[in-house]
Amino acid sequence: MVKHKIVLLFPATVVEQPFLYHLVKDYNLIINVLKANINPRKEGTLVLELAGDKENYDSGIHFLESRGVKTVPLEQQIVWNEERCTQCGACTVICPTSALEMIRPEMTVTFNGEKCIACGHCLKACPARAVEEHY
Amino acid sequence: MKVNRTYDEINERIKKGEAVVMTAEEIIPFVEEKGLEQAAREVDVVTTGTFGPMCSSGAFLNLGHPMPRMRMSEIYLNGVNAYGGIAAVDAYLGATEIPKTDPANTNFPGEFNYGGGHVIEDLIAGKEVYLEAYSYGTDCYPRKKLGTYIKLEDMNEAFMFNSRNAYQNYNVAVNLSEKTLYTYMGILKPNLGNANYSTSGQLSPLFNDPLLRTTGIGTRIFLGGTEGYVSWYGTQHNPSVNRSETGAPRTPSGTLSVIGDMKQMDAAWIRGVSFLGYGVSLMVGIGIPIPILNEEILRSAAVKDEELFAPVVDYSQGYPYGRGGPLGEVSYAQLKSGTIVIHDKEVPTAPLSSYPKAKEIAEILKSWIKEGQFLLTEPVEQLPSADSGKKLSPMKIRSRGEEN
Ligand code: SF4
Ligand code: SF4
Repeated sequence: MVKHKIVLLFPATVVEQPFLYHLVKDYNLIINVLKANINPRKEGTLVLELAGDKENYDSGIHFLESRGVKTVPLEQQIVWNEERCTQCGACTVICPTSALEMIRPEMTVTFNGEKCIACGHCLKACPARAVEEHY
Repeated sequence: MKVNRTYDEINERIKKGEAVVMTAEEIIPFVEEKGLEQAAREVDVVTTGTFGPMCSSGAFLNLGHPMPRMRMSEIYLNGVNAYGGIAAVDAYLGATEIPKTDPANTNFPGEFNYGGGHVIEDLIAGKEVYLEAYSYGTDCYPRKKLGTYIKLEDMNEAFMFNSRNAYQNYNVAVNLSEKTLYTYMGILKPNLGNANYSTSGQLSPLFNDPLLRTTGIGTRIFLGGTEGYVSWYGTQHNPSVNRSETGAPRTPSGTLSVIGDMKQMDAAWIRGVSFLGYGVSLMVGIGIPIPILNEEILRSAAVKDEELFAPVVDYSQGYPYGRGGPLGEVSYAQLKSGTIVIHDKEVPTAPLSSYPKAKEIAEILKSWIKEGQFLLTEPVEQLPSADSGKKLSPMKIRSRGEEN
């Protein structure tokens, strides 16, 4: 039996497919949904606690990945280095959950760790490399 | 015009600590409240600012003579090539140069974590960098190889000389294709996923002096946290473009070439940056003071985001292949609202140039002037403006002797 918190990232093309149903029915996994969100660009993020037999767990993850759903362990911690941040705003259209967000009309950038699902998109999108990944 | 002020009068007031200075943001409500004429009577200087990626930047360095002497022909600083085709120990380090060991885009999109811009930032931050140089050796310069650590303070001279900065307006970049694009305008998501732009709008130096009435050769400016100067017009300077009634260009237009002492700069205002799948660049902080000589100059300096427009350009076909024209025009007020509408679709916007930092630069320049530390300069020569006929021409690929 294994149990992990993970983040699922759905591209817009697959967001409406019934993945959770398959995880339960075909892989016998136990699911606890912690957070769910679909952004205006129709990309979805889902934070889950997923438990089950090790083999079933791995096959379930493989199934998701094979359908274009990215899975990320939640243990990853994203840290925003405010000193290095130039307040440019480039990350704010890349972040799927608005954890990195622009306050208007001041145009200042803020980071809200609560909203961050550790997808890592901002790490390379930030020109100043002001967002860091800690494990 | 009823108000007529001279540079000398303004400088007298600055020296006495009496000058009235406002940022290009503060001046907008002030003019609305007082009216143009009264505001022009009261305000001496308006300060502007921009802090964005400016690729045509770099620095001339004199590295000092080792013993035995060396005519450095191949030079690396932290692995990044600096051009050595000038005198013995002089070099030009360009912002976009990447280390010879960088895999670039062979593993697409390349990360470009370090390059010329970062070396410049490290030097300004006072860090040691590793200098490696090679030469063929001559009677006067016998040394063929060199490896040493060096700091900015060890160099005899180090001045930033940027051939194209402070673009007066720029494209709004979008992506009409189905795949993500990695560009110098940042990551552009497919199917109009986002729209990136890169000027500080109403705070931007050349948007506040659209016809280059007061910004010219010799103009003293804020550059990278210290004083610098406008040395010439920049490369791709293109003043003969479509303009609004206010004189502001509606497409990319004027540019500046600027110069300043790197040893006096502050790494807070000169930052190396990496663009995924594109390369490295340098974020440069520039602020230009505008002397309010008359109402007309003030009218331009009081321009607001609603009155400034930029073309929306597709970076999948339009920009790289020149197919299809701009997709429309949007105002900086729309861009700053967070969404624009293109082809009936709401598209989220993001700047690459930092508005809060641009504002901070305008504030710093304001305080320097108010405290009497920074005097204004009258241009030695005007830059080519809207009436000059100067145009930007594309390259025509031709065979030998063929007419253009
Ligand atoms: S990792 Fe970055 S892009 Fe992803 S949610 Fe967190 S802040 Fe946003
Ligand atoms: S892209 Fe990086 S530097 Fe720019 S606002 Fe986001 S975190 Fe800050």
